[in-house]
Amino acid sequence: MFDPLEPQGTNQVQFQFEDRQLSAPQGATVASALLGAGITAFRDTPVSGAARGPFCLMGACYDCLVSINGVTVQACMTPVQDGLQVKRVGSRQVDSEGAV
Amino acid sequence: MTTLVIGGGVVGLSVAYGLLKQGAQVTVIDGSDTDARASRGNFGLVWIQGKGAKAPHYAAWSRSSAKLWQGFAKDLKEATGIDIAFSQIGGVEYFTDADALAQDAAGLQGLQDHFDGDYPFEVLEHSRLKQLVPEIGPKVVGGIHSPMDGHVNPLLLLRALSVAVQQMGGRLQTGAKVTEIAGGDRAYTVTLETGERIEGNALVLAAGLGSAEYGADLGFDAPVRPQQGQVLITEKLPFFLKYPSGRIRQVNEGGVQIGASKAETGADSTDLPTLQDLARYAVDVFPLLEHVQLVRSWAALRVMSPDGLPIYQRSTKFAGAHFVTCHSGITLAAAHAGLLPDWIQDRNTAPDLSLFSESRFNV
Ligand SMILES: Cc1cc2nc3c(=O)[nH]c(=O)nc-3n(C[C@H](O)[C@H](O)[C@H](O)COP(=O)(O)OP(=O)(O)OC[C@H]3O[C@@H](n4cnc5c(N)ncnc54)[C@H](O)[C@@H]3O)c2cc1C
Ligand code: FES
Repeated sequence: MFDPLEPQGTNQVQFQFEDRQLSAPQGATVASALLGAGITAFRDTPVSGAARGPFCLMGACYDCLVSINGVTVQACMTPVQDGLQVKRVGSRQVDSEGAV
Repeated sequence: MTTLVIGGGVVGLSVAYGLLKQGAQVTVIDGSDTDARASRGNFGLVWIQGKGAKAPHYAAWSRSSAKLWQGFAKDLKEATGIDIAFSQIGGVEYFTDADALAQDAAGLQGLQDHFDGDYPFEVLEHSRLKQLVPEIGPKVVGGIHSPMDGHVNPLLLLRALSVAVQQMGGRLQTGAKVTEIAGGDRAYTVTLETGERIEGNALVLAAGLGSAEYGADLGFDAPVRPQQGQVLITEKLPFFLKYPSGRIRQVNEGGVQIGASKAETGADSTDLPTLQDLARYAVDVFPLLEHVQLVRSWAALRVMSPDGLPIYQRSTKFAGAHFVTCHSGITLAAAHAGLLPDWIQDRNTAPDLSLFSESRFNV
C-alpha cells in the first residue's frame, strides 16, 4: 500500500513485530516501517476495542501506539533499530485477572 | 421571582438544577477560565468512608447525598441523554502503613457506633483484600472496603448539569465576571465586568474561591481558602480496577487517575517531587502500573472552609441571599440538587442545616 518515494538504500535493519520478522531502511520510524510492511492497524483501543493505526505521523495524535520493552510509545516518534521487538499494546502481559 | 446563582461550577449548577426542578426561575452567572475552577480539575469521587469522622452531621449529610446519587444521575441522563459514568458499587481505601489503617478504621468504627451500626464498612487485611482486588502489591498491608462509595466522570457531570439547566429554561451566562453585587431585601443587582446589570429577587453565592470577595457586601464571612491538589493520569488501559479508592481510580475512558496531593497554597502549578510521590504510591499499591505511561498531570485548587466542612449560610443582612460552599462538591451534588432548594426557598420541608452555618467559626 505504501511505497518509498526514494530508492531504498542498502542499509536495512531487521526487527520484529509480534511474531513477524521484518526489515526496514535504516533511519525509518517504527510507524513507517510497519506501514511499509503493509501493517496499518497497530493496535486495538483498550476500551472499545476499535482498530487504530497512525494518523498524523508527527507525534500529535497518539493513535500509532505500540509497545517496546513493555512501555507504550508512539511508533511515529521511535526510530526502528536492528533487533527491535515491537509488540501490539493490547498484547502486553495479561495475567489471569485480565490486568496488564 | 428570579434567583441569581453566582458561580457555574458544580455547586452553583447543582443548586440551579434543583431550583429549576422546583419550578423556580434561575439565572446562573459564571466567570471565565482564568478563575480557579475546582469543578474542572477534581478527582470525581462520590466518597463517603471517612468523611466527617469527627463531625457526624457531615457524615450523615454526605451519606444522604450518596443515597440520592443514583436517582440524580438517572434524572440527568433522562433530561440530557448524557451518561455521566456514575458507579456506586463501593470503594476500597488502600494502606501501605499499618498505623494509618488502624487509625482510619477507628474513625469509621466511631461513626458506625454513632449511627447504631448503620454505617457499612469492612477492614480487610492483605490476603483478604487480595481476594477482592488481586492486583494489589506486597506493600499493601490492608484496606477498607465500603459499599457506600462510588465515582463519576466529573467533566461529564458538569456538562450534563449545564445542558439540563438550559433545557429547563434556566439562563446560563458564561464568560460573565461579576464585579459588584448590590444587595437589598429580595432585590439584588449584579454588575458584570462588561457593565451589564442583572436583577433578581434572591441570590445564591456559589462562586467557589471567588465567593470570599463578595461575602462582606452580602452579609457573609465567606471564609474560604485555596488548597492545592495535584493529579496524574495514565495512558488508557484495559479495565482492571473495579473499585475506586480515595487516591487511585480507573476512569470510564480507561486512564488511571492518581492523586490528589494536598498543599496549603493557592498556586495551581504542578511540581515534580509531589508528582513522584503520587506515582510511587500508585506503583506500591498496583505494581502493574510500573511501566505504564503518564499522559497528563495538573494542579487544581480546592475550596476550603476553616474546618473543611460545607458552609450553608443565610445572609445576616438581606432576605433571600444564601452562601453555599463545600470541599466535596461532587459527592454533595445530589444533595445540593435535591435538598438545598427547599432551604434556599425557605420551605418548611428544608433540611436543618444550622450546624453548617458560619456561626460555628465565631464561638
Ligand atoms: C484536586 C481536587 C480533587 C478533588 N476531588 C474531589 C472528589 O473526588 N470528590 C468530590 O466530591 N470533590 C472533589 N474535589 C472538590 C470539588 O471539586 C469542589 O468541591 C467543587 O468543584 C467546588 O465547586 P464550586 O462550584 O464551589 O467551585 P468552582 O468549580 O471553583 O466554581 C466556581 C465558579 O464560580 C465562578 N466565579 C468565581 N468568581 C466569579 C465572579 N466574580 N463572577 C462570576 N463567576 C465567578 C468561576 O468561574 C467558577 O466557574 C476536588 C477538588 C480538587 C481541587
Ligand atoms: S501517528 Fe500521530 S502520534 Fe504517531
